[in-house]
Amino acid sequence: MGMLLAVLGAVCAALVAGAGSSVGVGMAGEAAAGVITEDPNKFGKVLLLQLLPGTQGIYGLLVAFLTLSQIGVIGGGAVEISLWKGLLYFASCMPMTVVGYWSAIRQARVSIAGINLVAKRPDHMTKGMILAAMVETYAIFALLISILAVFGVSAVNI
Amino acid sequence: MADKSSQQYLYAVARIRSKELSLFSKQTLDTLLSAASYDECLRLLHDRGWGSGESGQNAEDILTAERNKTWDLMAELVEDVSVFDVFLYANDYHNLKAAIKLAYTGDDPDRMYIHHGSVPVETIRQAVSERNYELLPEAMRGAAEEAYTTLFQTGNGQLCDIIIDRAALVAIAEAGKASKNPIIERYAELTVVAADLKTAVRCAKTGKNREFILRALAPCATLDLEQLAEATLLGVDAIIGYLASTPYADASGALQESPSAFERWCDNVIMEMIRPEKYHPFTLGPLAAYILAREAEIKSVRILLSGKLNHLSENAIRERLREMYV
Repeated sequence: MGMLLAVLGAVCAALVAGAGSSVGVGMAGEAAAGVITEDPNKFGKVLLLQLLPGTQGIYGLLVAFLTLSQIGVIGGGAVEISLWKGLLYFASCMPMTVVGYWSAIRQARVSIAGINLVAKRPDHMTKGMILAAMVETYAIFALLISILAVFGVSAVNI
Repeated sequence: MADKSSQQYLYAVARIRSKELSLFSKQTLDTLLSAASYDECLRLLHDRGWGSGESGQNAEDILTAERNKTWDLMAELVEDVSVFDVFLYANDYHNLKAAIKLAYTGDDPDRMYIHHGSVPVETIRQAVSERNYELLPEAMRGAAEEAYTTLFQTGNGQLCDIIIDRAALVAIAEAGKASKNPIIERYAELTVVAADLKTAVRCAKTGKNREFILRALAPCATLDLEQLAEATLLGVDAIIGYLASTPYADASGALQESPSAFERWCDNVIMEMIRPEKYHPFTLGPLAAYILAREAEIKSVRILLSGKLNHLSENAIRERLREMYV
């Protein structure tokens, strides 16, 4: 049961954060295509803004990978995990799961606003990127706490 | 979950943002204004890509081509263009009026019709000539039949006009309410208010009776028609007095000045209303704002060209120009 919960936590981190990123990158991609239709020279600028909501999916993947390797599902050496320890692993994956999803969607909205900005004022692309990167801060916080928690739980004996 | 309605127009709004770069600014209009002649103006417009690209186009051809470009773009961007029908109803009802009057006089010149409507001109012509009103959208049928019968029985063109004009305003108001989009709702309300106030002033000046006034005014949310009709019976000053108690108190000066000054005031209010859409990356609003911005641009260019053709001074033309979106 403990192993099941730990794997479920890892799967959630990769799945939900990945889903948020795919929705976000898709939304930003639509807006980017609108700008490129009118001015193909802006491809490079809008591509950068489109990619920003994609990072949460990578963070989710990282947390899932770390969790699976800590419990021995990846790399071999899987051992029995108590229910409580499994539950702790599951809880450790939740910051990245929840914050990853929502920050990807919200960051996509800021990226789209930035893409609209690039359409009219291409020289101010950096400002659009900085605004979108502000949302990234919270995804990084969630990643950090998830990683620290996964490592911390692995050292706990319950 | 991500809001689905906010995702629907992502591509369209981003494309519109790029298109907005080619909208005329106040400086562009100043350049056109300072052109030495009407022909010079046409050349400048041609240089900026206006018209269909063919040489020797006259002003009307150029403006029609520009309107076509806007609607072709919308057809490309939006799956169901009927969301913008509210902007086309005035043309539909104008065509209906033209078809009925031409049926009465026995003529049928094509130039009397506006070929930009939600209902094809041919359908309207056929419906009126065959008196088969089922061909028309439901909202038009009653007005078409009533106007046709009134004109053929009484020969009163003015009565025919008010029946159709009122029906057009009712259709616009209904479409505004149904749109659930704040920009379209506000546009519809302002259009009806502007038409009602213009009608009230005309009725006051021509001394119409209460029954006629109430028949001509179309219902709207921000004006009390009973009070407006009472004020109309008392005269233009009373209408202006009534306006002070409405959200349109600012219009008093323009209404006193002239009908064209009041029209300009209405257009500028619409422009002020749509301007915040420049900063919205989602929803239908920026698309609706672009259509209205293009219409304002085309109207200003028409005024400018007509002023140049009639050798009006720069200042006289400038006074008549509308505010621009960008």
